[in-house]
Amino acid sequence: MGRYIIRRLLQMIPVFIGATFLIFVMVYALGDPVGALFGDRAPDPATAARLRAEFNLDKPLYQQYLLYMRDIFTGDFGTAFNGRPVTELMADAFPVSFRLMLVALAFEIVFGIVLGVVSGLRRGRAVDTTVLMFTLVVIAIPTFVLGTTLQFFLGVELAWIDPAVSPDARFSELIVPGLILAMVSLAYVTRLTRTSVVENLRADYIRTAVAKGLPRLRVTVRHLLRNSLIPVVTYLGADIGTLMAGAIVTERIFNIQGVGYQLFQGIVRQNSPTVVGFVTVLVLIFLLANLLVDLGYAVLDPRIRYA
Amino acid sequence: MRGGTRLATAVAGLVALALAATACGGDDGGGGGAGAGGELVRASWGEPQHPLEPANTNEVQGGKVLDMIFRGLKRYNPDTAEAENAMAESIETEDQQNFTITIEDGWTFQDGTPVTAQSYVDAWNYGAHIDNAQIGSYFFEFIDGYDDVHPAEEGRQPTADTMSGLEVVDDTTFTVRLREPFSLWPETLGYAAYAPLPQSFFDNHDAWLEKPVGNGPYLIDSYQPSRSMTLVPYEDFAGDDAAQNDGVELIVYTDNSTAYTDLQAGNLDVADDIPAAQLRNAEQDLDGRFINQPAGIIQTVSFPLYQEEWQGEEARRIRQGLSRAIDREQITRTIFNDTRTPATDFTSPVLQEAGGYQEGLCGDVCEFDADAAREMIEDAGGLPGGSVTLTSNVDTGSHREWMDAACNSINNVLGDTDACVVNPVPTFADFRNQVTNDRMTGMFRTGWQMDYPLIQNFLQPIYYSTGSSNDSGYDNPEFDALVDRANAAESEEEAVDLFQQAEELLVEDMPAIPLWYQNGIAGYSERVDNVKLNPFSVPVFTDITVD
Repeated sequence: MGRYIIRRLLQMIPVFIGATFLIFVMVYALGDPVGALFGDRAPDPATAARLRAEFNLDKPLYQQYLLYMRDIFTGDFGTAFNGRPVTELMADAFPVSFRLMLVALAFEIVFGIVLGVVSGLRRGRAVDTTVLMFTLVVIAIPTFVLGTTLQFFLGVELAWIDPAVSPDARFSELIVPGLILAMVSLAYVTRLTRTSVVENLRADYIRTAVAKGLPRLRVTVRHLLRNSLIPVVTYLGADIGTLMAGAIVTERIFNIQGVGYQLFQGIVRQNSPTVVGFVTVLVLIFLLANLLVDLGYAVLDPRIRYA
Repeated sequence: MRGGTRLATAVAGLVALALAATACGGDDGGGGGAGAGGELVRASWGEPQHPLEPANTNEVQGGKVLDMIFRGLKRYNPDTAEAENAMAESIETEDQQNFTITIEDGWTFQDGTPVTAQSYVDAWNYGAHIDNAQIGSYFFEFIDGYDDVHPAEEGRQPTADTMSGLEVVDDTTFTVRLREPFSLWPETLGYAAYAPLPQSFFDNHDAWLEKPVGNGPYLIDSYQPSRSMTLVPYEDFAGDDAAQNDGVELIVYTDNSTAYTDLQAGNLDVADDIPAAQLRNAEQDLDGRFINQPAGIIQTVSFPLYQEEWQGEEARRIRQGLSRAIDREQITRTIFNDTRTPATDFTSPVLQEAGGYQEGLCGDVCEFDADAAREMIEDAGGLPGGSVTLTSNVDTGSHREWMDAACNSINNVLGDTDACVVNPVPTFADFRNQVTNDRMTGMFRTGWQMDYPLIQNFLQPIYYSTGSSNDSGYDNPEFDALVDRANAAESEEEAVDLFQQAEELLVEDMPAIPLWYQNGIAGYSERVDNVKLNPFSVPVFTDITVD
């Protein structure tokens, strides 16, 4: 187990280097960002040259990358164009996005799995059809439409919530944005759970458990659910990263200054330290979440072992 | 079926629980927001693009803050755009080149230190020096000795630390010697780049940036970068435009639609950027609490006069013909919902008549006339190469929509669906790089947001042969001579008159087609009163009152 984890962690190193390099090249390919700093005015060549030197933009690409990597290992992720260190931006943005992700994940786990199990157990009945219809509708409507509509009705018409989340982004404010963010994944989790439950209902061990006369709840939770969750957990693990990085639409609608916002700003301003820094951390989160998922398999299914 | 009912009940219960939790959360948020809001004016904001230094700010979001925390020598009257003395007691000159500036006594920075002549000279020297790489350093280029601290060619080292044209006489007096006569120079001093800076700016620069200290009507109470900033009135403010409210809370919105929704929900008092999609309904939605007034911004399309096909007499007439082929009225009405006004000269209505704005100066040439346009272009031999492109970045500001409309207008006039082709460039940075590297072949978008409300600022930087933003490469010695004479003129009327004569040449030569004047737009809540926009489209926060 320990050796397995170490091996997995070591595998992250090449992925980390490859990912940062690719992103660095991609931002670099967007062109020279200094001209845009001057607005509609032609840049003064001397000032532009100084700014390029300040951000190492006057050096060849490989040298820029090496300088950037050297700084990363000393904990310096560079500065954004507004003069703030990228680490500071990350310290602001990641906790917010993390909270939003937790809320969304909670919705997915609670509602997704409950609805999935319910419709799986009642396959073909009215509940099942209703849930399937609901998931279909949710998947079909773009997040943007759903988000702005809900924001307008709950925020302006009914005045139950504030349309915009305050800078502190407390959990209580993140419920509606979290729900919107979770919607699509929630629908997938529901469908995934349902299919898995339906399949496992026919398994031998369920028949055995029922034949033994175990209480229905115990059969459902301990035997059926536990075995049905493996594909769902895989999906949820991959979704953690998506929820953090892909929240850009939701974050914009509800004015949440999280990872999506900072990444967007970084791309628009072509500020490679911001983009590469944020994406690097996201890559790490992806890798760690995947590792946790893999380890989780063993908990769910005792037949799986790691060596 | 029994089990199904039970399950359905459970699900319904869970949903109800979630809704209840949501409602609770909402109440919490609302209560917290109102508590923090208090009597503060809550206004929408965007993240400044540069550190908040006076000479390093060239966009409106940073400018909004600087306008609140600083007062320079002059201030532009929010209604008339005229430069009025703020800290300056007098600015005197006899030759339009050597100025003696006396500042009022009794002004202090918000850290208690007095504002002296030295504060100005130090600030200007800082802003001009190449080592500080300030975006707005060109503001100081008129001052003698600028080239020594800020060499024009890249890579050359500065030969001085300070500009020789600035000299402190005593605590309240300093003299300025300009490179050449510039009669309207004192009128430029209302711009934020000319603000004085306290000693703490130089002693502990990083700390100052975290919480800038100025001498204006507001001081920064708290600043959470990329989130919000709270400003409260500065008690010892010595100017006469002290704050009429208990303070301002600037809230960063990542999307102007959210700000607008928040304004409708009563969580925001002033939103100065209303999404294009909402403009049609804004007046009604906000029950008339909506401002739509001219701003100091003109949109033009320029021609690459550095390309051979755009030179010569025929090309000149084609340029004029193209100008007549664009139906400005229709585009401003249908695409911009009247938040743009068709342009009839090369300046802006915010200058007002006295400042050099002259309605209709452009005459017929800026008026849509399909027949005349077709005739002019056909007589001059048709478009070079049979068609023309119109290039702009399309990442912001409905550029794609109006470019399509302008090209359609030209195509309809010429009866050729391929006469004008839109060439979209994905990002602003890429577009500006192509423009400044002279890579344009057809028409391209040029916009100008004034630095200060002077006719000089709408002409010299853009059309003077060596102008800092002469993107079209326009070079007319006659125009240059008129500008030079205007700058050396002894009275403002004379200067304005000469500038207008120079402007007439632009109508003849058409290096750029004036399209429309951009308006400043804002909406406000029922809670506040006296909301207006200054000539730079920034809300005049000091005047806003809270009911």
